[in-house]
Amino acid sequence: MYNFEFAKPATITDAVKALAAEDAQALGGGQTLLPTMKQRLASPATLVSLNAIPEMIGVCVNDKGEVCIGGATTHATVAQEARAHYPGLAALASQIGDPAVRNRGTIGGSLANNDPSACYPAAALGSGALIKTNSRDIAADAYFQGMFATALAPGEIITEVRFPVPQKSNYQKFVQPASRFALVGVFVAKYADGVRVAVTGASTDGVFRWAEAEAALSADFAKGAIDALSPPKGDMIADLHGSADYRAHLVKVMTGRAVAAAG
Amino acid sequence: MTQVTMTVNGKSVSGKVEGRTLLAEFLREGLRLTGTHVGCDTSQCGACVVHVNGKAIKSCTALVADLDGADVRTIEGMANPDGSLSSLQQAFQDHHGLQCGFCTPGMVMSAAALLKENPKPTEHEVRGYLEGNICRCTGYHNIVKAIMAASGQDVSQIAAE
Amino acid sequence: MPKDHGIGASSKRREDIRFLTGRGAYTDDLAMQGQVHAVMVRANVAHGRIVSIDTSAAAAMPGVLAIFTGADFADVGGNPAGWLIHSRDGSPMREPKRPVLAHGKVRHVGDAYAAVVAETHEQARDAAEAVAAGTEIEELPAIVDMAGAVANADNRVHDEIPDNLCFDWGWIEANRDAVDAAMKAAPHVTTLELVNNRLVPNAMEPRASIGEFNPGTGDYKLTTTSQNPHLTKLLVCAFVLGIPEHKLTVVAPDVGGGFGSKIYHYGEEALVLAAAKKLGRPVRWTAERSESFLTDAHGRDHVTTIEVGATLDGEILAIRTNTLANVGAYLSNFSTATPTFLHGTLMAGPYKVPHVYVNLKAVFTNTAPVDAYRGAGRPEATYSLERAIDKMARELKLDPVAVRRKNLLTPDQFPYTTPVGLVYDVGNYQATLDKALDMADLAGFEARAAKSRAAGKLRGVGLSTWIEACGIAPSHLVGQLGSRVGLYDAATVRVSATGTIQVMTGAHSHGQGHETVFAQVVAEKLSIPEGAVEIVHGDTSKIPFGMGSYGSRSLAVCGSAMDRALDKIIAKGKKIAAHMLEAAEGDITFENGSFSVAGTDKAKSFGEIAFSAYVPHNYPLETLEPGLEETAFYDPNNFTYPAGAYLCEVEIDPDTGKVTICSFTCADDFGNVMNPMVVEGQVHGGVAQGIGQALVEHTAYDENGQLLTASYMDYTMPRADDVPFYQVDHSCATPCTHNPLGVKGCGEAGAIGSPPAVVNAVIDALHRAGMTHVTHIDMPLTPARVWGAMQA
Repeated sequence: MYNFEFAKPATITDAVKALAAEDAQALGGGQTLLPTMKQRLASPATLVSLNAIPEMIGVCVNDKGEVCIGGATTHATVAQEARAHYPGLAALASQIGDPAVRNRGTIGGSLANNDPSACYPAAALGSGALIKTNSRDIAADAYFQGMFATALAPGEIITEVRFPVPQKSNYQKFVQPASRFALVGVFVAKYADGVRVAVTGASTDGVFRWAEAEAALSADFAKGAIDALSPPKGDMIADLHGSADYRAHLVKVMTGRAVAAAG
Repeated sequence: MTQVTMTVNGKSVSGKVEGRTLLAEFLREGLRLTGTHVGCDTSQCGACVVHVNGKAIKSCTALVADLDGADVRTIEGMANPDGSLSSLQQAFQDHHGLQCGFCTPGMVMSAAALLKENPKPTEHEVRGYLEGNICRCTGYHNIVKAIMAASGQDVSQIAAE
Repeated sequence: MPKDHGIGASSKRREDIRFLTGRGAYTDDLAMQGQVHAVMVRANVAHGRIVSIDTSAAAAMPGVLAIFTGADFADVGGNPAGWLIHSRDGSPMREPKRPVLAHGKVRHVGDAYAAVVAETHEQARDAAEAVAAGTEIEELPAIVDMAGAVANADNRVHDEIPDNLCFDWGWIEANRDAVDAAMKAAPHVTTLELVNNRLVPNAMEPRASIGEFNPGTGDYKLTTTSQNPHLTKLLVCAFVLGIPEHKLTVVAPDVGGGFGSKIYHYGEEALVLAAAKKLGRPVRWTAERSESFLTDAHGRDHVTTIEVGATLDGEILAIRTNTLANVGAYLSNFSTATPTFLHGTLMAGPYKVPHVYVNLKAVFTNTAPVDAYRGAGRPEATYSLERAIDKMARELKLDPVAVRRKNLLTPDQFPYTTPVGLVYDVGNYQATLDKALDMADLAGFEARAAKSRAAGKLRGVGLSTWIEACGIAPSHLVGQLGSRVGLYDAATVRVSATGTIQVMTGAHSHGQGHETVFAQVVAEKLSIPEGAVEIVHGDTSKIPFGMGSYGSRSLAVCGSAMDRALDKIIAKGKKIAAHMLEAAEGDITFENGSFSVAGTDKAKSFGEIAFSAYVPHNYPLETLEPGLEETAFYDPNNFTYPAGAYLCEVEIDPDTGKVTICSFTCADDFGNVMNPMVVEGQVHGGVAQGIGQALVEHTAYDENGQLLTASYMDYTMPRADDVPFYQVDHSCATPCTHNPLGVKGCGEAGAIGSPPAVVNAVIDALHRAGMTHVTHIDMPLTPARVWGAMQA
């Protein structure tokens, strides 16, 4: 990879300062960024590690009952520490990548990258999470803006993600067999005021909510409630791992399975 | 250049590294610990797995500069203090859990991490945990068997020695 | 009690100690004093004319020591094809030059047209980018599709080769009319078009090479990832660089898997040697995985139409195949032998078939070269045949097991001469079939299928009864057929004065466990401890001229050479013993590690004889040289013919199309088995590769010749959770009749026999569920493909 200056600030304030430098780039767990840099497809002048900022690491529950996850918290930590509070989220975290990747990769890194096949965007959107940055709060519905595109401004850091805890939830991931990203992943969460269904892996627009399924499941949270629905419309990804029709079909199958598994 | 100090297999090491120096490069070229292998460039094959602060990570996808102060263990640090094979390494030999040996260091490091988290994993759990370790030689049969045997489980009923 | 020592024991592998402790020494693990780094500059288009290369900017960059382009190698030789095939019309195949670096044209993505050597790897990489930026390549339309390549005579991979055809081969051409007639007369003809999918070998260790040159002596040394160091040496010296053969040493140290892809000589090996000479410093190159995907020789890639003519009760009357085989952009060393003599000759399978004819056209395309990959030709033949027979049974509403049983050769029919040129020496195909059916509990299948149905899954079972020809190969035979090399092997047995032994083998171990297994054979033969035997391989300055390891040949050929050398050791030992014991040589017997005079208690141990050979105080010096070291070369007089029956059970998730392997059962006949543990490990690995081909491994180029599956992000490698525990058995052994150890070879069996068993099982599951319109799905049977077929 090309060389770069390396900075490892200990506070969010210092991190923001470091990221103000020209061509500076934040480094989370690096599980996507470093392979990209190895291929010389990214060439930041400065890499600012967010891995030594204590206030950005950890899982807790706030007084509203929301699960709050520091932006630099690894997938393995979420899988472990969120289990008692939000099992559906913890189970999703335990399916990202592989064990070694989960020990490095972070929730902030995943959400900032917003890979259209990543798992975390489905959880954040499916939970109506709040994405807190060094400068503002962004609702998940406003945060995801298409494949690899988010509401983050240059230099903005995800410091924390707050998840309202649903009554029931489940994530069903049908893996792309090579990369082990999601070929299609569906996160279903049942809240008192309705059901949210977030789909990753399937659309060229990145993670999205399947409105028809949400309406049907809000009326009747049962696997059979979506039987009559057509698979979601929109621009499905078509590649050598599956056609657009196949992905659309899988969205429906995985949604049904998620509802059944959520109980 | 960044100054780093870390513990590798119980010994303190320090040096100046470029920002871009990967842990795998530092181990292989800087410390000549060449048991840690690099088999891909997309962080998937797992030949480079080492332990950092007790957790398995892919050393080809971690910057040394980001690991200042870390406690690193590699395949060279896995044998018993007297140099004999650890029970996990011995199980790999006893059950023919390796052929060409290239993926083996990563397999052993992943297996050791698994057994630390889950002392008696099922076959399903072992296979699932090895998601990030690719072997082209063994068909995984004897790797899974070796790991289960190392956990103290009776593997005599598993087809074929 | 199983043996714990010698032949037949599951001796633990001694090589494991170094691999398990991180002390293996693979090429990239070695650091040379003063070494510098080479990076190749590779084409990013599949087909293009090199207009100009301006290296001046790169040459001025920090650390850059040398830049090479195709022009630097225009006057040296090319990397040759090892086998000359003649077309049906008698004309020789078309053989374009394969240069060290592409010159004039680039012919596939990844084709190296320049190389940079610099003090550090990153400096070399920076400069390689600058060379690429300074290069103008006029892009030409890519030739990717084989049928299109032949049809479009104007667009040529090699300007001098019209219609992109390497050869049009008929086997056996004299059979052609009789096969046509038999097919015409057959009451039933099954036709199947299928693709044998292209595979990327993916040995876990990427290729790597280090070149060294000593200006003081003129000696070169190449340390490289090779399955056959002597062959690489011969190719580099005699064909490519013209180095006198005695001035080059090739060392293949620990090698992390090969599967065929490390048989061949590659341009990088010549490059590092030429660069080392120019710079007087060791020059190293290690492939990144992405380079491996683009440039390692790929495997398979056939498009075949097979026809099977049969009676209505399933007796096979004739087999005819028409195949297009992709050889890629250049001829790799065995690329012309693999689709012909390792494929067409197997098209009778383990069956008694009166008429067989194979037509195969080899086609150049703008893709990576294709060559032998585990099984090499035989998996392609087996897949075509076993899929077609299954389809035939289904069309005739016959039991696929019964159809195979009806046609299998019976033990009394050996030796059997097939209509495609082989003589099977021995076998018992009914025994392995029965064994597999029994082990897999075929009788209990319906109950398991009912369980699957209750869980919403579709269950099916698939069979493959396969044979292969390995132990490659009789030189006189392959010579007649066009091979440009001999395929014997060699071993030197060196007994030391203290009775310990080193064996230097032409065979090379890169996962197979030779260091352990060959030592078991020696220990058995001489009744000495295995620990007293060391196997030395991989260094041409130490080992005799053998041809290396591939084609499941190591024990059958090199092991036989070693056995012959041991015979010579024993024969000489008898002479020494006769002298020491004052007896006639003819009265000396060697048994249990001791030379004794028949009918007496007079004896000398092996150790005493060895000592006497090196301290010849009481020794027949006037008639016998001192020392105890013997070399033997062994050239087999036939191939060996392992065979077996594989049974696979699958479950399909009808909602997603995902196929799960529930069980996989192998009953193999490998002849005598030296180390059951190692043999079973070889089968496991081969089966996993076969399952990989059948279900997940897909090599796709787009219409511009860009490799879409160029990393592990898109090329699926079988993982631990894709496969089950396998059931394997090798008890139905009929020892090979023509080599001293009675061994047949086991390295490729799993990859040969397994793909059709998997695909047959999937088709069976769909048929049982009423989807009888699905008669075939091309590999890999990904969830999307299976689901798609179910919707049709």
